[in-house]
Amino acid sequence: MSAPVSAPMLLLVSLLGLWVAIGFLGLLRPTSLRLVAHILFPSGAAVGAAIALTAAWSITSPTERWVLGIGLPDLPVHLQRDALSSVFLFLLGAASAGISLFAAGYFRRGEGTLPGLLCLQYHLFLASMGAVLLAADAYSFMVSWESMALTSYFLVTTQHRIPEIRQAGFLYLLIAHLGAIGILLSFGVMQGGSWQFTFDAMRTAELSPGWASAAFLLALVGFGAKAGLVPMHVWLPEAHPAAPSPVSALMSGVMIKTAVYGVLRVTFDLLDDPAWWWGLVAMALGLFSAVYGVVFAAAQTDMKRLLAFSSIENIGLLFTGFGLALIFHAAGMSAPASLALIAVLYHAVNHSFMKGLLFVGTGAVLHATGQRNLGRLGGLIHRMPWVAWPTLIGALAIAGLPPLNGFVSEWLLLQAFLSAHEVPRLFLNMLLPLGTAVVALAAALAGYVMVKFFGVVFLGQPREATLADAHDAGWRERLGMIWLAAGCVLLGLFPNQAISFFALVPTQFGLLEPGATFGRWWLLDPVAGRQASYAPLVFLSIVLLCVVATILVVTRVYRRRVRRAAPWDCGFARLDSRMQDTAEGFGQPIRHIFEPFFGMRRELPSPSDTTPHYRVEISDRIWTGLYVPAATLVQRLAQAVVQLQQGRVSTYLIYSLVTLLVLLGFAL
Amino acid sequence: MIDLTWPIQVLEVFIALLAAPLFAGWIAQCRAVLQNRTPPSIWLPYRNIRKLLVKEAVLAEHASPLFRMAPYIVFGTMICAAAIVPSMGTNLPFSDAADAIALVGLLATARVFMALAAMDVGTAFGTLGARREMMVGFLAEPALLIVIFVASLISQSTSLPAIAEHLATESFALYPSLAFTAVAFSLVLLAENARLPVDNPSTHLELTMIHEAMLLEYSARHLALMEWSAALKLFNYACIGLALFVPWGAATTETPTVAALLGAIPILGLKLVVCGAVLAVAETAFAKLRVFRVPELLATAFLLAVLGLLVHLLLQG
Repeated sequence: MSAPVSAPMLLLVSLLGLWVAIGFLGLLRPTSLRLVAHILFPSGAAVGAAIALTAAWSITSPTERWVLGIGLPDLPVHLQRDALSSVFLFLLGAASAGISLFAAGYFRRGEGTLPGLLCLQYHLFLASMGAVLLAADAYSFMVSWESMALTSYFLVTTQHRIPEIRQAGFLYLLIAHLGAIGILLSFGVMQGGSWQFTFDAMRTAELSPGWASAAFLLALVGFGAKAGLVPMHVWLPEAHPAAPSPVSALMSGVMIKTAVYGVLRVTFDLLDDPAWWWGLVAMALGLFSAVYGVVFAAAQTDMKRLLAFSSIENIGLLFTGFGLALIFHAAGMSAPASLALIAVLYHAVNHSFMKGLLFVGTGAVLHATGQRNLGRLGGLIHRMPWVAWPTLIGALAIAGLPPLNGFVSEWLLLQAFLSAHEVPRLFLNMLLPLGTAVVALAAALAGYVMVKFFGVVFLGQPREATLADAHDAGWRERLGMIWLAAGCVLLGLFPNQAISFFALVPTQFGLLEPGATFGRWWLLDPVAGRQASYAPLVFLSIVLLCVVATILVVTRVYRRRVRRAAPWDCGFARLDSRMQDTAEGFGQPIRHIFEPFFGMRRELPSPSDTTPHYRVEISDRIWTGLYVPAATLVQRLAQAVVQLQQGRVSTYLIYSLVTLLVLLGFAL
Repeated sequence: MIDLTWPIQVLEVFIALLAAPLFAGWIAQCRAVLQNRTPPSIWLPYRNIRKLLVKEAVLAEHASPLFRMAPYIVFGTMICAAAIVPSMGTNLPFSDAADAIALVGLLATARVFMALAAMDVGTAFGTLGARREMMVGFLAEPALLIVIFVASLISQSTSLPAIAEHLATESFALYPSLAFTAVAFSLVLLAENARLPVDNPSTHLELTMIHEAMLLEYSARHLALMEWSAALKLFNYACIGLALFVPWGAATTETPTVAALLGAIPILGLKLVVCGAVLAVAETAFAKLRVFRVPELLATAFLLAVLGLLVHLLLQG
């Protein structure tokens, strides 16, 4: 029953199989850290790089299908690789190569789970993400999706002896499953009465507009829960600090992108007749998430929580772009729709590199200092230059500064927004451009957050004496970071080359003519009839030229020596490192300006206190306003159900009898 | 005929580079006159820079390489910004490589590096300045972006010279949206260039300073570069404002000759003289705001810009 399989498909599936095999090899000697660190994780990284290469090579080839006769009888596994899968497989492979390389040097003895078991979970996690991207029927999709959720749950709870970490893992698992229910129901709606659960059947199913909208909303909720869209974001800031850093990097960099993949697959491929308001819903949620995430990120004091909230912001931007693409698509404006779609794909790949880089950077800091709290770090650029400089690239990239990659995707998104006033629907065409303002605000705030993150951790003076012993990262960690940083730089400098790949996705969806170009190879010029272009290579060379010329002129002409002295202390000769801004201090303006967003508890000292104590606690209003009541409700319901359980056989027999009688009543 | 576009581009950058301290000196003079003080020499900024350049540089003990690199990066980005902003002519080949959005990004890069450098020495003042600068920046930057966005919608272009040319050469039309964005832009200009009422460029009062707090640890040539880039930034902002709201008189792409450019120089000079005087009046009229009133001012600017956008959409639809 299987058609001849093409080479890229076979290669991709066998590479995913290789990941599984590497994982199981870890079980050979589960306690051996050497085996895992020196052989298995580096080979996992190599497999990742191979997957990225294969995906990039295969992206231009036409859609391939493969039906594998494994699994349950009569339910073969359908696989399909098209341009959309290839883009996300590239993301998975390329980002995981750097992260696995870092992980090879990261995991230490005594981190809870045994190294061999960790290796199994880690590589199964990777392979199941790959399987999600290749699955072409609801069964195999859900199986891969769930194994992705489960393996990542076990990875989050690596240090399962700590109660908080178990709690964080539970919350993650709970929301992952709420999301999975949404996705499952969405597939159920999309099969449209044919009871065929392959994606091909869903494409041809005739759905009434109402059912199509139901499928879309279910998918949005389902995938939104995985992505961390507000208000389903609560697991991110809990799970990311709990997980080991490479795992956080994978979850934030890659896993939440599979949700973006899913939502793109469902709306553009499987449903493909969007109502005009779908995009509006997605965009509204996206814009809110973007601002909410970044505002909370600015107020955090734990560096991994800060990055988790920054991921929420970026997911918000991705969903904003997705919503915009969907609105354009529904309005029949295919050129802006493909531009917005390209911006989404570009940003997804960018974010996997930037956030992967930043998370592994925090991992290196965490190992060197044992601290996650920003208030106890500082000055690490002197002790850990190999960590600090790549992290700086990641921070600048995520702040959206040219000529790095974050700027390119934001630029594309803004260019797409510039067409929003042409949407042929009154009010919508006035409402949409206002989204620009929100995107611009979120982008500027991201700069604030990154200055805080990088400045407090790496710059200034060490806030604790113990930081003097901080050691730099090992060579595998350095290589991993350099790989990811190089990705940020290259994606920033060669946007046309990257876009020529991403553009195949809108082409696949029929939004873009095949062979459409976006300017010459060095000049990004995406919109016909608008003078809007960006050439990062020229840009960078001119900036470098200016900087180098300035350095040469100034140092040649005024060659005076440089003297080191104590910083100016304003006449108060006891300046110490504790007088620098803390993380709380640096975030204070944002807390002040966006006060309604936060639930805040302040403890202020009274004037007569001999040991004054100042404390501010930030809490998430959505948690207290939505999740706590929901949890109480569930608990109440459960308590009501407890009444039924008497623990006596006779009572249960009566229940059976009553049930039978009721059913008989129905039958009659 | 030889292609003169690139030489003209380079010439424009050099004029901006050299004229920027003069503009700063002119504003200082106007302010002094308005405040009944004896005005300092208009050449004072040049003398200051020269004096600083020949001095011995003192660096803080904890300063990392980032701290030493920052002045050069900031200065370099400001030169590049000058290459994008159409001050004298709208035929700027470099603006193809970086449009108005990239210009905003460029200014943001300068700000981020300045803030990072300020945090690098690890003193209370440095971090305080960095925090306040970023607070000003995160509201001013989107406001600037929306101002540019409105102009882009009018001219169907995000290239700043193309916008200026469109506004200058199209048949004269009144754009009410530009009135809103002009007010927003003026507020952004005041805030981003550390002028009153956001920051006072002439004091080092600890409680209120923003820009100066970030520069406290710089000395000699590093400080000279920072001061020069601040002057260049102000010059660039003034030229952006002129390009967006009074674009007439600049050499356009049809006439990319040296003669047209030379003709545009006195016009630009005249505009800047007026602009500097207005700026000085504004600075004399406003009182310094408390730091926590600053976000309100900038939020006003942001909202005005958004309002301008809305007005544009309402009227064109």
